[in-house]
Amino acid sequence: MGRASVSFRLIAAFVTLTATIAFAVPKAGANDAFADARASMVDKIEDIAGAVGPVDGRDRIDGEVLAAMRRVPRHLFVPDELTGLAYADRPLPIGYSQTISQPYIVALMTDLLDLESGDVVLELGTGSGYQAAVLGELVSRAFTIEIVPGLAEQAAARLAQLGYENIAVREGDGYYGWPEHAPFDAIIVTAAASHVPPPLVQQLKPGGRMIIPVGTRFSVQHLLLVEKEADGPVRTRQLLPVRFVPLTGGH
Amino acid sequence: MPFLLSVAALSAAALAYEVWLVRAFAIAQWHHFAYMIISVALLGYGASGTFLVFVRDRFAGRLIPGFALGAVLFGITAPAGYMAVRALPLNALEILWDPYQPLYLLVVYVALAFPFFCAAGAIGLALTQRPKSIGRIYCADLLGAGAGALAIVGALFLIPTGDCLGLIAGLGFAAAALALISTPHRRNWGFALMVPAIAGAVLWPADWGTPNPSPYKELSAALRVPGRHIVAERHSPLAWLAVVDSGATPFRHAPGLSLARGSEPPPQLGVFADGGAMTAINRFDGDLKAAAYLDAATAALPYHLLRQPRVLVLGAGGGSDLLLARYHDAAKIDAVEVNGDMVDLVGSRFAGFAGNLYQTPNITVHVADARGFVAAEQRRFDLIQIALLDSFSAAASGLHALNESTLYTVEAFRSYVSRLSPGGMLAITRWLSVPPRDGLRLFATAAQALRSIGVEEPGRRLALIRSWKTTTLIVKNGPLTAPDLKAIRSFCADRSFDIAFLPGMTADEANRFNFLDRPHFFEGATALLGPDREAFLERYKFNVAPTTDDRPYFFQFLKWQTVGELLGMGSGGLHLLEAGSLMLAATLLQAALLGTVLILLPLTALRRGPAAAESFPPLFRTRISIYFLAIGLAFLFVEIAFIQRFVLLLGHPIYAVAVVLAGFLVFAGLGSGAASILGRRIGISRRSAVRLATMCIGVLATLNLVIAPGLFEALHSWPQPAKVAVALGFIGPMAFFMGMPFPLGLAQTADRAPALIPWAWGINGCASVISAVLATMLALHFGFAVVLLLALGLYAMAALCLSR
Repeated sequence: MGRASVSFRLIAAFVTLTATIAFAVPKAGANDAFADARASMVDKIEDIAGAVGPVDGRDRIDGEVLAAMRRVPRHLFVPDELTGLAYADRPLPIGYSQTISQPYIVALMTDLLDLESGDVVLELGTGSGYQAAVLGELVSRAFTIEIVPGLAEQAAARLAQLGYENIAVREGDGYYGWPEHAPFDAIIVTAAASHVPPPLVQQLKPGGRMIIPVGTRFSVQHLLLVEKEADGPVRTRQLLPVRFVPLTGGH
Repeated sequence: MPFLLSVAALSAAALAYEVWLVRAFAIAQWHHFAYMIISVALLGYGASGTFLVFVRDRFAGRLIPGFALGAVLFGITAPAGYMAVRALPLNALEILWDPYQPLYLLVVYVALAFPFFCAAGAIGLALTQRPKSIGRIYCADLLGAGAGALAIVGALFLIPTGDCLGLIAGLGFAAAALALISTPHRRNWGFALMVPAIAGAVLWPADWGTPNPSPYKELSAALRVPGRHIVAERHSPLAWLAVVDSGATPFRHAPGLSLARGSEPPPQLGVFADGGAMTAINRFDGDLKAAAYLDAATAALPYHLLRQPRVLVLGAGGGSDLLLARYHDAAKIDAVEVNGDMVDLVGSRFAGFAGNLYQTPNITVHVADARGFVAAEQRRFDLIQIALLDSFSAAASGLHALNESTLYTVEAFRSYVSRLSPGGMLAITRWLSVPPRDGLRLFATAAQALRSIGVEEPGRRLALIRSWKTTTLIVKNGPLTAPDLKAIRSFCADRSFDIAFLPGMTADEANRFNFLDRPHFFEGATALLGPDREAFLERYKFNVAPTTDDRPYFFQFLKWQTVGELLGMGSGGLHLLEAGSLMLAATLLQAALLGTVLILLPLTALRRGPAAAESFPPLFRTRISIYFLAIGLAFLFVEIAFIQRFVLLLGHPIYAVAVVLAGFLVFAGLGSGAASILGRRIGISRRSAVRLATMCIGVLATLNLVIAPGLFEALHSWPQPAKVAVALGFIGPMAFFMGMPFPLGLAQTADRAPALIPWAWGINGCASVISAVLATMLALHFGFAVVLLLALGLYAMAALCLSR
């Protein structure tokens, strides 16, 4: 056994160790191979936000939301064969008839929830777990429910591996929310819904916000924002991910 | 004679395959996608003409083996092509996002164009090799195709969709066998080929041809939930219905349930049409509490304005609207459902689950199309309710943009209102779209209908309310009264619904619970009633103009001017582009491009190749190209316009397609047969014959334009066979004369420049493909009447082009 061979082993061991550490705590740092891709994804989000004009009176995505998306390794939330497209400006299929939303839509929906760091949020429709991870970066606790067993298992394992200890994944029917941890400061429903489940409205804190994307898996037509005012009544607002000014031309 | 039979058989198989593909893609993907793929695949017909130019000499004297080869290849590639396509990860929804999707699409085109290429090549070969029999071969071709169109629709009623593919493949082999049997020394080969023909038809495993719905259709997603499974299926050319048991996780299908007072729906069975559009069958045990949730949706509004009404529900679906009517103690309920399978599911197969709803003494369910039923009905109703039966996601992403809907036109509204008792109401619920589209178009259409029957202030009879998910429009037969308005306001306040329009309301009342950035609905509705109606329609970013029977594209909202603005927003704006309209434009582009290549390619070859030696007068080629281009375009223009027009009379697009297609093909076949007799027996020159035919087509088309709309209205009450007879009465003479120009032109070409025959055949094929797409596009923007008039212009041009 020669010296070269020993040093090669040492290097190999070092590389393996570093890689292991990096893989175990990607949440902590963005200095992995995809950091650049992630940064340009966030730039793209800002470009789109600029092009579509103000949504709900805000003309940019909150810096904290963008920072969170700069940290979450989206490439680990897509099927292996699509890793190369993970940061592209598009929704991607993740199997089980589900998709991971277009980054801009994730940013917009997260932004519209007006999150604070101490918030507790509920998500219906975990999917790959990407949206939950973004929420996990921003709030104190996130609870997420997925009805498709395969997806729920994958997402739970993925989020645990990435060290998101503040995210709890449950497999099952989300219609009745998660009463043990209610009320929630914010709720996001990414599963298809013909109506807003009344139990979810009940589990929303007064002053809280619920967001529901409306459309198809690959194309969000508009966003439904449900606001529960402090004094009780529930109102909704329908927000376009794009803005026509004005809808009737002219002016 | 056996050879002509084999031509007819192959032609029948190819047409049956075409119709079958439309069904298969409607199940696997979405209707508009089917449309695009098949339009382009039909270029296989055109390509065969090109191919024949190059191989003409090689097949000289070998017609029978050549024909049999084409037919066998069709028999193999028709099922193989489809199975290959089925294995591709093609996803219509991803087409704007995934750069690989266009590549998959290209594979689809090639795979599906090939069977058509083989079939058309075989028939084209017959026409080039037997120039003396052109009329008879063309006649057999068209008669066969007509029979194929009818047979496949019949087969789709009788056997599952997947099984039909085996029959089609078997027919291809049978055509080859018949051709070989027609020549004595190849007879044994022919008999041998009957084996795969029969095997294909009898032993075909249904799974091989069964279309798999895309994973992104509602049914696929629903079945991902543990415990859910299909408990019953029904097949017909109208739709494939799959009934799904919800397992432990209820469907809770309750579109637009109020946020203020929502109660949970009872257990439901989901019925999915073609893997999409779910309608629910509610479990009902006689306790009307189960239906309470229905009262918390916008559709319940009319029941708060009428007492014990006599109700007509258009679109019974899973029966929710009947249950709602019962909940509100309706005196008598009639319901119309176009799909008999649906009635069978709710009324007998799952009657126990549905609480024998259809057996209730005061409920009568009719299997009929809505327009026809209303027109034929003598009674008056206090409430006519049009249910919400299409799927939200399909409507939201513009997947219906190309579907004609005779349910929501000015003429339809007029007909509904005429069946209302004094003070009765028409109530229509639609999905809410943001920016407002469906709701405003409904409102515009209703206002226009009222104006057209002499109501001076339509606004006094209209009310429009909305939840976050649905809108409900009320059209009253008489002015809305103060108690009506009070009841509407309290209904909405109780349920946190918004008033979009009420006579006499103010803007601040309009946008309270479900907030839009502006009171768009109120502003739009007010503008649509006011003097600057036209200016508003012009200005609005989407097309919400009233729809008519001549232009019944209710779901087509995209204005081309808006496309630019949406694209300017980058990927943020893509979401509002209408899938159907874009696909149509893409199809036209592709068809035109490929068509041009197919026409230009042989042209250049002819100039250099052996054909150049044959002499024909200068200009002859140009005239011939214009001639075949014009008649190719015109034939399909008329056919498409007729299909869309006859939907109204025959009640369902699939019936219209079957009857019109078969009628056109059969009568055009007879016409082409007659054309050769005209020339041979009576001695009229071909040119005169074409001119005569063109004149007859002109007279008949004009007659059709003038009398058809009124006549159809009058015939609604007739039984279906009588309607079919009337339809054929219209189509027959027209198609008879339209069948003449092609063989006459071809015979003329055969005399003057036989080398141009396959080329003429190719031009005609390409023109037909472009024509089908172009006709739809023109109809979307200008209506069927314009398409028909353009066709007449093209025929006139063709007549002028045919030289002596």
